[in-house]
Amino acid sequence: MNLVFQTIAPAELHQEMLRLRQEKKMDFLVLLTAEDLGEEGFGVVYQLESTETGEQVNIKSVCPNREQPTLPTVSDIWDIAHIYEREAYDFFGIIFTGHPDMRRIYLREDWVGFPLRKDDKPEEQNPLKMDNAPLSDDTTCYELQPDGTLTSHKNTIFEPEDYVVNMGPQHPSTHGVLHFRVALNGERIKRVDPVLGYIHRGIEKMNESMTYPQMLALTDRMDYLGAMQNRHALCKVIEEAMGVEVSDRVKVIRTIMDELQRIDSHILYFSCLCQDLGATTAFLYGFRDREKVLDIFEETCGGRLILNYNTIGGVMADIHPNFVKRVKEFIPVMRKGLKEYHDIFTGNVIAHNRMEGVGVLSKEQVIKMGCTGGTGRASGWHNDLRKLRPYDAYDRVEFKEITFTEGDSFARYMVRMLEIEESLKIIEQLIDNIPEGNYQEKMKPIIKVPEGTFYAAVEGSRGQFGVFLESKGDKSPYRVHYRSTGLPLVYAMDTACRGNLIADLVTIGGTFDYVVPDIDR
Amino acid sequence: MALMKKAKIKSIPYEEFNDNETYEELVAKLNENGVNVVVKSLDDLFDWGRSNSLWPLTFATSCCGIEFMAVCAARYDIARFGFEVTRNSPRHADVILVSGTIVNKMAPVLRRLYDQMADPKYVIAIGGCSISGGPFRKSYHVVRGVDEIIPVDVYVPGCPPRPEAFLYGMMQLQRIVKVENFFGTTNRKQKDPYKEAYKERTEKILATQEEA
Repeated sequence: MNLVFQTIAPAELHQEMLRLRQEKKMDFLVLLTAEDLGEEGFGVVYQLESTETGEQVNIKSVCPNREQPTLPTVSDIWDIAHIYEREAYDFFGIIFTGHPDMRRIYLREDWVGFPLRKDDKPEEQNPLKMDNAPLSDDTTCYELQPDGTLTSHKNTIFEPEDYVVNMGPQHPSTHGVLHFRVALNGERIKRVDPVLGYIHRGIEKMNESMTYPQMLALTDRMDYLGAMQNRHALCKVIEEAMGVEVSDRVKVIRTIMDELQRIDSHILYFSCLCQDLGATTAFLYGFRDREKVLDIFEETCGGRLILNYNTIGGVMADIHPNFVKRVKEFIPVMRKGLKEYHDIFTGNVIAHNRMEGVGVLSKEQVIKMGCTGGTGRASGWHNDLRKLRPYDAYDRVEFKEITFTEGDSFARYMVRMLEIEESLKIIEQLIDNIPEGNYQEKMKPIIKVPEGTFYAAVEGSRGQFGVFLESKGDKSPYRVHYRSTGLPLVYAMDTACRGNLIADLVTIGGTFDYVVPDIDR
Repeated sequence: MALMKKAKIKSIPYEEFNDNETYEELVAKLNENGVNVVVKSLDDLFDWGRSNSLWPLTFATSCCGIEFMAVCAARYDIARFGFEVTRNSPRHADVILVSGTIVNKMAPVLRRLYDQMADPKYVIAIGGCSISGGPFRKSYHVVRGVDEIIPVDVYVPGCPPRPEAFLYGMMQLQRIVKVENFFGTTNRKQKDPYKEAYKERTEKILATQEEA
């Protein structure tokens, strides 16, 4: 969809945001995107949504000073802005005045320059450093004085007497190279400080020098457990921008593939969570069934994990002649598998003790922190995009949106398990009537997206995966920003873990289900 | 001419391995100066044991790690070849499978993990990213191949490689381990740190004495 902005001057930004939050109940900050506008300075786009009415508002603010760009923080209004503003600072050097923790988030603290600025040459200034990355125990907070100058003071992250334990980046249960610094009080967690960027590959910067079809290849490698959905989102935003209507056949195929991918991801979630809690048999059960999904993918797409299936205007190839048969065979197998999962793990007393009442997040908290997907639904937030704004073939199928109200680890686990069942139902309804039609629309050899700013989102395996695309009418985009599904979840770790035991950090992290390459991009 | 040994891998005949030339070069180099028959027989016994119980480090940065999990699971089952004891601590591991992109921030961490492993240690670079940077080669924050940081024994291409490719790569490593001269070479790769430190200290004392 084409984004329409209200432009607001930096001086009035905070007041206006507060008004929107209070009067119009804009309680969900979907995405904050910074961009380099060249001569005009730096722009920041805030996408707001009201969870009650579904109304959306987009605000843009431009800071004209390129030397020292400043904007007032909105982190006191929406918690998730804490981490989004740090990201904007890391990539563009925009200083958010009043933000309590203005540190780099992905790059090393001694990194020189801001890589996503158009005039920055990151590689020349930053040769590969083999010494350990510095990690400071305090952080800077900037304030804007009435005369326009910046002052700063230090905020402490960890007190000198805090007992700080490092978890990661090499740790088997952080699900990738994530680094937590955990301050402990005995065995209880006082504070969690996530350190990101150990798999930051600069995909957004690379995209700016790629053509649109080339960009598609990288989306699969961000959240590799949602490869279909990621690529679907990017194809969707480009198709909507260009006004391409895909055939009904493509819509149904994409829906089935998305759901198969969701099942694949949720099985892996189950397996890894069980493995983290010491249930190795359950891990083997999960992977046994997951291989069957991968077989189906492999026949049609040729890949097991990185699928490269969706393209702009359709899909890469028509479904394999065996596809329908295989999927139909798979559904009863999966149902039987699910029953076994419940038998072996869900009813287990240890699992209940480790998960019930642990890491509780309330509905207000998940909305404030933007935790979409299963984590949000476990706390009672109805955020399923398949229901809210049905795309593709989701408007013609019957399925339940699984929500719980407990908001603890067990609810988060159950949401995923029940969602597998719903996904099977969706596939069952569609698999017999895949309509005839083209699997690929005729596209021009060079794809150019018309000038404008666009945003499209799909319901990924672990939340809303969105793509923000700004085009100047060229064959490569001007700015691409992905709404990572995992970044809000990692931010929520601090809130969810405080007061819990250190051992529960593993369970809470496991039930949150973040994928690190998707967070770091 | 020193005795030319061909490592036998149970599941794959020698001729079916792809780059036997490189391998034969390596074997020739290892046996350049000839070997003692007694020591070599003992070597064989040790290498047989070592090659069939290589313990990998649980190390994964991105996509290839998920494929590694699939290799560990029931269908591909690396336990058949003795690799199933995945260790979470580098100090217990024999081989590190670098599965996934290594970025600049991760490079010192990987180097440290490698340094923490006990000798004899091996490295397998899994997937395009760890071989050359792969699809992210042009990025400002990606190491273009882990061989810039640590020595690599086997490369397994793919994005991600198929589980069969993982197993093939592991077997190539087995072949290397099987022909190594263990006594006096592989088990002496790392110099005794205490002896080294002692030597340094005495040299320093001597130097100061001379100055005085």
